[in-house]
Amino acid sequence: MNYKMVFYTIGRILQIEAVLMVLPLMVAVIYGEVPSVFAFTVTLILEFLLGTLATAFLKSKNRIIYAKEGFAIVALAWILMSAVGAVPFVISGDIPSYVDAFFETVSGFTTTGASILDNVEALSRSMLFWRSFTHWIGGMGVIVFVMALIPNLSERSIHIMRAEMPGPVVDKIVPKIKNTAKILYLIYIALTLSQIFFLLLGGVNLFESLVYTFATAGTGGFGIKADSLAGYSPYVQWVVTVYMLVFGVNFNLYYLVLIRRAKAAIRSTELWGYLGIFAVAGVLVVLNVAPSFSSVSEAIRHSFFQVASIMTTTGFSTVDFNLWPAFSKVVIILLMFVGGCAGSTAGGLKVSRVMIIIKTIMREFRNLVHPRSVSAVRHEGKAVEDRTAYGVCVYFAIYMLCFMAIFLLISIDNFDIETNFTATAATINNVGPGLGRVGPVSGFSDFSAFSKIVLSFSMLLGRLELYPLLLALTPGIWRKK
Amino acid sequence: MKIIISGCGKIGTNVISQLVSEGYDVVCIDTDRKVIEELTNIYDVMGVCGNGADPDVLKEADASSAELFVSLAGSDELNMLSCFLAKSLGCSHAIARIRTPEYNDRDLRFLRQTLKLDDSVNPEYITAKEIYDILKFPSAVNIESFSGRNFEMIEIKLKPDSTFDGMTLMDLRKKYEEKFLVCAVQRENQAFIPSGGFVLRGGDKLGLTAAPTQMYKFLKKIGILQKQARNVMILGASTTAFYLAKLLVANGNSVTVIDKNEARCREFSRDLPQVVMICGDGAQQELLLEEGIDSVDAFVSLTGMDEQNILISCFASARKVPTVITKVNRPELYSIAEKLGLDCIISPKKTTGDIITRYARAIENSLGSSVETLYKLMDGSVEALEFSVQQDFEYIDIPLKEMSLKKNILIAGIIRGRVPIIPSGNDVIKAGDKVIVFASGMRLQTLADIVA
Repeated sequence: MNYKMVFYTIGRILQIEAVLMVLPLMVAVIYGEVPSVFAFTVTLILEFLLGTLATAFLKSKNRIIYAKEGFAIVALAWILMSAVGAVPFVISGDIPSYVDAFFETVSGFTTTGASILDNVEALSRSMLFWRSFTHWIGGMGVIVFVMALIPNLSERSIHIMRAEMPGPVVDKIVPKIKNTAKILYLIYIALTLSQIFFLLLGGVNLFESLVYTFATAGTGGFGIKADSLAGYSPYVQWVVTVYMLVFGVNFNLYYLVLIRRAKAAIRSTELWGYLGIFAVAGVLVVLNVAPSFSSVSEAIRHSFFQVASIMTTTGFSTVDFNLWPAFSKVVIILLMFVGGCAGSTAGGLKVSRVMIIIKTIMREFRNLVHPRSVSAVRHEGKAVEDRTAYGVCVYFAIYMLCFMAIFLLISIDNFDIETNFTATAATINNVGPGLGRVGPVSGFSDFSAFSKIVLSFSMLLGRLELYPLLLALTPGIWRKK
Repeated sequence: MKIIISGCGKIGTNVISQLVSEGYDVVCIDTDRKVIEELTNIYDVMGVCGNGADPDVLKEADASSAELFVSLAGSDELNMLSCFLAKSLGCSHAIARIRTPEYNDRDLRFLRQTLKLDDSVNPEYITAKEIYDILKFPSAVNIESFSGRNFEMIEIKLKPDSTFDGMTLMDLRKKYEEKFLVCAVQRENQAFIPSGGFVLRGGDKLGLTAAPTQMYKFLKKIGILQKQARNVMILGASTTAFYLAKLLVANGNSVTVIDKNEARCREFSRDLPQVVMICGDGAQQELLLEEGIDSVDAFVSLTGMDEQNILISCFASARKVPTVITKVNRPELYSIAEKLGLDCIISPKKTTGDIITRYARAIENSLGSSVETLYKLMDGSVEALEFSVQQDFEYIDIPLKEMSLKKNILIAGIIRGRVPIIPSGNDVIKAGDKVIVFASGMRLQTLADIVA
């Protein structure tokens, strides 16, 4: 383990987080929120100093990192980022308990959107901004951002990128990792700006447009109203629906469109699987809930909004789907597990993994009928390597085990099964709201401090796709060579 | 600048590592997924798994946007086809590795023209040429020629008890009337660009330049030059051995080649009847003694296995063969071989890498830099660059002693017309000259970069 390099990189990441904190600080200054100004200034100065110290004293000659350093960097960086990001909430007094603030920040960075706040509207504006901004940072990944800014962060930094970017196979879209990171961020920023524009067009004020766009772009789901987006016009709700879907698509496809290879993008089977699942789930929910709405158009709007919100693991809501019939609720729970496309900002298992698992199962059946048959699992027009298919199945197994462990641990609080099950699903898939006591109009504040920490862990597991965090917990990885 | 490398074997991997350290955007293509995975893990490159001659694969690597396509797979035909397709898809330059002797004789030009190849590389021939050059100057460790052979640099290693030990370069210059220049010194894995006050020590590796006519005299004077190798024994009848034997035979040397494979021996002796072809296991010391290893002037081991080359070379050194040349492919074995006392090690990978890097720089040249050729010396830690001087260069006609150069930079030679000049402080640079600059620890793009 190259400790120096690990902490050097983390130092860099902390520096960047400190710089990013300037934005909420500016918001605090604009709105004249004195406690927040103080909170952000103190945190960002201390954090920047800490980062600078780490980078100054740990400059290592050996800049090579291997896969295990990549995992360690990502795991530690995310935990530290959240730990520091929570500090302003506590200092300003908006969220007095540190555990609550930590939960809230993890929920922000991991783009979950689960909140412990009973009354969101009481929070100061700058804190609301910071909360949503963490979604935006966490969506594409802060380490990818660092790689786009700092040249030659380390040798073999592909390992860090692999550990942070979601999806079964992480590929670069251009030869250099730095340029890949840059392109991804430029696409991300362009899409973000366009959504801000469309929201402004719908008469939403600038502050709210920013906050909602950040939460949509990262597929996070933090709102600033107790009833999320229910109070906004149908136009705004449709814009958000479309953009949630847009941010749930693999960003590599947008790059293909940019370099005029749109045909290759349209041929993506994952994209069609994603849109297909969305359409089918949407129609099923519309049919199921239509009787409770006054008009068909309203039923369609609310159903598709909720389906898009859950499938892309954003977690906005326009109605309280906790009150929907059981069938629709189950559809929604299932969508939580599917998630968005690999290489997007969404969470969940990812459509491509689900497709590969189903195709592998089908091949297994074929092999049972024709024991001597040889066939490959095909995905995206190519044969999937056995190693990849195996990796996906193992991932699913670990995922289920983690799910059960978290489910068990939070059941100590003695809530009903529906609440516990959906709370676990909503955190490990980075969705946000669940059902029962953690439904869209209530929050996670009832849980004990222990459960909040477990659920924070669950969110990090989901966002970083299990391995970095689990490996960071094994002593073998920290052993000095 | 984007460069696609197809075929990532030993040579391909080395080329990739050089190009990446130069900062190019590299895409590599190979049929073996494991190789691609390994490469993308180690280097900052993009990998495409597939056949380099498959248009779909080339499209996936986006060949149309690449400036340079290099095909280095084992099969010549595959390389030619890949390059042809890449060019047809819109890649601006293509280089193929073509190593079969049949393709490399007079037909090569025709092949290159018909297939629209911009260049071809033949690692085996380059290696053979390099070995041949060393055999010509037996005591030199390495010979580099610049600017179409008008200018040569020789690497020599000082013996621990050398008379140069403790002398400064200034003393050295006063002692000998020939014009020569010590351009680089390597001491214990560290390379220096020395100034006049630099003190030499025994065991140093020196890079010397001089005009070809003077070089010979100088080396003779300092007693380094021994007689040229007449009898050469080559172990392993590889393609490299074939090219080397051909060059040696043409020069009138007597050559013995030893190989285990009988079919290969027959083929070899059919094409080169002047060579004494021995079919047998070169690892047997008895055989080597019987074939007269004690009386040869030079021993060259060119088998496919690094370890075998190193061990048998050690044996040859022990038998007091004056010049022993060892081919070593894997870079991690260089230092081990050197520790064992083998000071003349040839690596085909490195040479090919240099050529491709040079070519890439030349393309970039048309995009701003003016490096004509580039050589890596002293295990890659020193670069020798050749610039041609444009009209707008600031220091035209100003004596060199009045220019303040950056640290670790040396003007090693000026070539005016075809005449090489070993520069002293009073020489000047004129427009149209070619200037050879030595630099360590920095990347120069234009001639103006050398001035502090």
